Amino acid sequence: MITEDDIIIVDDMRRDMSLTERFYLPQIAQGLSVTLRRMFTKRVTLQYPEMRREPKLEGDLTDPHSQLNASRYRGVHRLNRDPDGRVACVACFMCETACPAHCIHIDAAESPWPDREKYPAKFDIDELRCIYCGMCEEACPVDAIELTYEYDLVGNTRNEMIFDKGKLLEVFDETCQIKPRRNPRITGYAGTGSPDHQPARPTGEQH
Amino acid sequence: MLDLLKNQLLFSGLLIAVLMGAINLGVAYCTFYERKISAWIQNREGPNRVGFFGLFWGFHFWGYGQPMADGLKFLLKEEMIPDKADKPLYVMAPAISFIVSTIGIAVIPWGGYLDIDADGIVDVACQVANPDIGLLYVLGVGSLGVYGVVLGAWASNNKYSLFGGIRAAAQMLSYEIPLGLAILVVVLSCGEVRLENIVRAQIEGGGTWNVFVHPLAFFLLFVTQLAETNRAPFDMAESEQELVGGFHTEYGALKFALFFLSEYTHMIINSAFLCVLFLGGWHFPWIPGLGLEDTAWWAVLAKMAMLGTKIAGCVFVYMWIRWTLPRFRFDQLMRLAWKGLIPTGLGLVALAVVMTYFGIPGSESVWPKLIWGLGGNAAVLFMVVLVVGMSPAGVTGRQANMPPISLLSPAKRVPRADQGTAN
Ligand code: SF4
Ligand code: SF4
Repeated sequence: MITEDDIIIVDDMRRDMSLTERFYLPQIAQGLSVTLRRMFTKRVTLQYPEMRREPKLEGDLTDPHSQLNASRYRGVHRLNRDPDGRVACVACFMCETACPAHCIHIDAAESPWPDREKYPAKFDIDELRCIYCGMCEEACPVDAIELTYEYDLVGNTRNEMIFDKGKLLEVFDETCQIKPRRNPRITGYAGTGSPDHQPARPTGEQH
Repeated sequence: MLDLLKNQLLFSGLLIAVLMGAINLGVAYCTFYERKISAWIQNREGPNRVGFFGLFWGFHFWGYGQPMADGLKFLLKEEMIPDKADKPLYVMAPAISFIVSTIGIAVIPWGGYLDIDADGIVDVACQVANPDIGLLYVLGVGSLGVYGVVLGAWASNNKYSLFGGIRAAAQMLSYEIPLGLAILVVVLSCGEVRLENIVRAQIEGGGTWNVFVHPLAFFLLFVTQLAETNRAPFDMAESEQELVGGFHTEYGALKFALFFLSEYTHMIINSAFLCVLFLGGWHFPWIPGLGLEDTAWWAVLAKMAMLGTKIAGCVFVYMWIRWTLPRFRFDQLMRLAWKGLIPTGLGLVALAVVMTYFGIPGSESVWPKLIWGLGGNAAVLFMVVLVVGMSPAGVTGRQANMPPISLLSPAKRVPRADQGTAN
């Protein structure tokens, strides 16, 4: 039951239509002229496979046509390496806990390196389940997991879209020139992203 | 061989074959251009990927293969019939819709008379059939179009479909009247119901097409045809946003394609009809070779091309309007028909009657027609504006069944800008 107290009258609602509005035609002509002009203005379509948006961090980011603001875009994940080329993750399970889509699966194992206790023996992200919210990135205490600007992510099967540790590290190797987010780095641990810092390449046995 | 073609019956058969092909192709590309135009209006590119040779040479050809791909998709889809549907009617409805919208082609005069062997004697009429009652035939066939919609809506056993069908029926009933009135103006001023002679009358009257003499009637016919083809802003029967597609909600695959095609065929036929009645058919002044006495095959082809161009123009306007105007509310639709278009139509018929009484349409000179016609139209328009201006405005927003405003204390009334915070 709606009481009278609940009803709010918005004054302008009963505004009479003007004569031209009631006669429809002048208004219709105006509308038609707008759409006709639109037909001859520049199209905004980006012809995707032939043209791509370039990821950019700095400079003029206002043109959505040619640029992708890499400091905001949340695309496929990467698992960062530390300066020695080892996986930076310490298997703390913060990201797995934070993930609202439950798409991260980590198997922790004892670390082979003396400077940390654990490392991920397995690290899988189901990219089809992920909602690209970035919570994992926020949660990670050592900046080991980050979302990159890579937006065209395709696969033929569902299994193919479950990225394991190797694949996530590969993504890092491909995108290591850019630190995708403008977030301040929490630790110097995963020293990535600054153009002058070339992270060490993987040495083979370490992952 | 040529002698065989001099037989009107055989020639008509040939014409039917050619026209069916041409119109179906035209319809296919109408669907393509509908999407293109909507895209252009929205600053997009529209379909531009499917090309004829794309498979082999990566050549997109601006997407011109799109209609073929769409057709193939419709063909290959699964034919579904809802469980509780009225099966015979369900299957028949799209066919009825398509047939009815197609048979209108028969009486359109595409290009006057044709002299096949250039011996100075006219052989055949470039028209499938030339009945004395051409205009009435078009009217009758046109109003049958709603049967397909209503039957399909009823047979699919779906409430949304039924709503669509009911709306279509009510709308058709209302808009047939102004349609008839607009056509009556043409009949009165040409003194003919044979389409060929209506074109002839427009040409012989010094090239004063009916649109110059009766612009309001032209407009009236155009608007009612929009309603009759269920095109936006009168597409109440489809109403994607309210009725999930309306009468064709339950249709898929080729049956849906038939409904779709019939809408576009209807558009083309209606445009052709509009061109014949008001835009002088295949005639165009100042272009030599498009006269009544030009009957060589190339002249006839030129005439057909002329009519085709005019039809394409009309179809473009249909699409342009669709992607510009939002849909009418149903009560607005009815108000427009009964309080707007029908009185205007009656005024125009009265004008045509007076003009006929004084023998204006038959006059040799152009000027009395133009002066009478345009003057009369201006008078009718003035009266319409006067009536619209004096009648109380329709209430927008607040409906009559809400409590009257005086019940509420003034403190509760807020100016519009504060609406968001007040809530
Ligand atoms: S982006 Fe969100 S959903 Fe995806 S893995 Fe990270 S936390 Fe989970
Ligand atoms: S990626 Fe970061 S948050 Fe996730 S387990 Fe490794 S260290 Fe912890």
